[in-house]
Amino acid sequence: MFKKILVPIDLRHPDALEKAISATAAIAKPENIPVVFAAVSTAAPSALAHNPDELKSKMAEFAEAQGRQHGIDATGQAFFSHDPSVDLENALLKAIDETGADLVVMATHVPHLSDRFWPSNGGRIASHAGVSVFLVR
Amino acid sequence: MSDDTSNQGIPDPDGAANMIDTDYEIGQDNIETQVGPFNLDIHNPVFLVSGLTIVAFVFLTLAFQTEVGPVFDALRNWLTSNLDWFFILSGNVFVLVCLLLIVTPLGSVRIGGKDAEPDYTYFGWFAMLFAAGMGIGLMFFGVLEPVYHMAFSSPLGVPSPFDADGNLIEENVAAAKAMGMAATIYHWGLHPWAIYAVVALSLALFSYNKGLPLTMRSVFYPIFGEKTWGWPGHVIDILAVFATLFGLATSLGFGAQQANAGLEFVFGIPVSDTAQVILIIGITVVALVSVMRGLDGGVKVLSEINMMIAALLLLFVIIAGPTMTLVSDFFANLGAYAREVVPLSMPFGREDDGFRQGWTAFYWAWWISWSPFVGMFIARVSRGRTVREFVICVLIIPSIVSVLWMTAFGGTAIEQVLTDSGSQVREYVIASYSPELSLFGMLADLPFASITSFIAIILVIVFFVTSSDSGSLVIDTITAGGKVDAPVSQRVFWCTFEGLVAIALLLGGGLGALQAMAVSTGFPFTIVLLLACYAIFKGLKDEPR
Repeated sequence: MFKKILVPIDLRHPDALEKAISATAAIAKPENIPVVFAAVSTAAPSALAHNPDELKSKMAEFAEAQGRQHGIDATGQAFFSHDPSVDLENALLKAIDETGADLVVMATHVPHLSDRFWPSNGGRIASHAGVSVFLVR
Repeated sequence: MSDDTSNQGIPDPDGAANMIDTDYEIGQDNIETQVGPFNLDIHNPVFLVSGLTIVAFVFLTLAFQTEVGPVFDALRNWLTSNLDWFFILSGNVFVLVCLLLIVTPLGSVRIGGKDAEPDYTYFGWFAMLFAAGMGIGLMFFGVLEPVYHMAFSSPLGVPSPFDADGNLIEENVAAAKAMGMAATIYHWGLHPWAIYAVVALSLALFSYNKGLPLTMRSVFYPIFGEKTWGWPGHVIDILAVFATLFGLATSLGFGAQQANAGLEFVFGIPVSDTAQVILIIGITVVALVSVMRGLDGGVKVLSEINMMIAALLLLFVIIAGPTMTLVSDFFANLGAYAREVVPLSMPFGREDDGFRQGWTAFYWAWWISWSPFVGMFIARVSRGRTVREFVICVLIIPSIVSVLWMTAFGGTAIEQVLTDSGSQVREYVIASYSPELSLFGMLADLPFASITSFIAIILVIVFFVTSSDSGSLVIDTITAGGKVDAPVSQRVFWCTFEGLVAIALLLGGGLGALQAMAVSTGFPFTIVLLLACYAIFKGLKDEPR
């Protein structure tokens, strides 16, 4: 049904990813659909990595571990934004284009009051992406 | 990925760079929590200490303004009067460091690693650094300073072209005019931009190449080592927040007064607290929209619009003013600057105390107190440039633009003053000193005065917005421990807080006192910047070229 699945991740909060990754594996495994784990990063050093190689190796390790654990074909990629606090959505839309993914599986929180003012990233991706989006709560 | 978080890691692809090996994890001292619907990711203790101290200072200034005002004024005056030599010599050191970086092989080092590519085009980059750096000052001082220095300051003892009764002394005109322009360009040329360049380059180097957080303290890693992450670093960051917020808030307060004066001059809207508070709220709201739209969608777009309006106004003044005189003056002023910059930079053996201490040392303290803000902002948008390219673009090109701007605005005003004894500039700068009206006075004697004055007011306001939004991003990053991806609600908080502090000081009094205090932070930061020069060379030496 799908050719490639993009899974945006935040390595700082691995616990929040479990359900989304399990859902991804459930879709990907039967048809051997390749999965791309995508991290969006700033143009400055951050909590996870001091340099590009460090982030790349963390992403590769993460993808490899998830691939092994769930029996899926997984790779990790990093995408960069000048101001990801507000541009995350654009960076992810670009990532969808660049990877050629036709399904996005994304963890998201239960809507609350603030979403009326600041819609969730998942909600915005679902509103703007031209591909299928699966939001996992 | 969790929806309320965003990102991690750093840019790609950067190639070889010499990382600093430290156990410090960016954000390790941060408190991540949720207040109501808002996420917070703030550095402990920088966020709380700087926020609470700012509130305390505002409160104390409002409560005891008759006592506090003179203390801060006296502190600023003491610093600029007794330590003028220190500020002036330090300014020279910063220029020399920058020039050295251009000509030595260290200039080949690329910010962000050997293979890093620039984040922004030249136009976008230049617009942002110029709008944040000095845009608003050019509006205010572009007319005032050349005329004032020519008529009153007597830099290096060059006599005024006017006698005590205001009559023109023909034989003094040429020298006074040249010195007026040279002295102004000295204050707006290489020296201020060298100050910004030193801060920006050191921050960019230690963050993008060395992997340290994008915050002031990182520059001091070669000096403090791991103690950088403790209280010595906290103090540097808190001081940077302090200088930036008070610098922005007091400028916003004074800016609202100036814009209000302009509105009264052009449209007859009376000067009042209400009008000024509305202006501050308006500027803050636009800045809020800008920071919420982010660096690319807000700050950069506004900066580019700003530059285009400024360029149009500049072009208009050149065409409507004495065009041929201005064209030849541009080169004459460059020559006068080149001739006088060394004597003006020497603090000893001079008798022009009013100019040297009241203007130059004050300016240097002012630029330096603003340098953490402007420097951090320039650093953030400068990844991918070589050091040589960076210094040329941050030092030389803005200086040339300043010469052009001062030539057009100051040169036109000087012509008006010298050729028409009834000119409005003469009225507002020489006869009855009203500096906030000097620009409008110059425009009033050119064609289409209503339209250009209106554009000038818009430009003043937009320049404030572009300072306010970039300043809020900088404070947010510092108080988030160098994280540039802190939750948006925090930048909204700082932008709003800055507007509220400006309104409180405007209504309660104390703008002058706290501005004097902000300028006084220029002294400790001068020492900080001198140390940063050492850190730059030490940091660059190890980088692959």
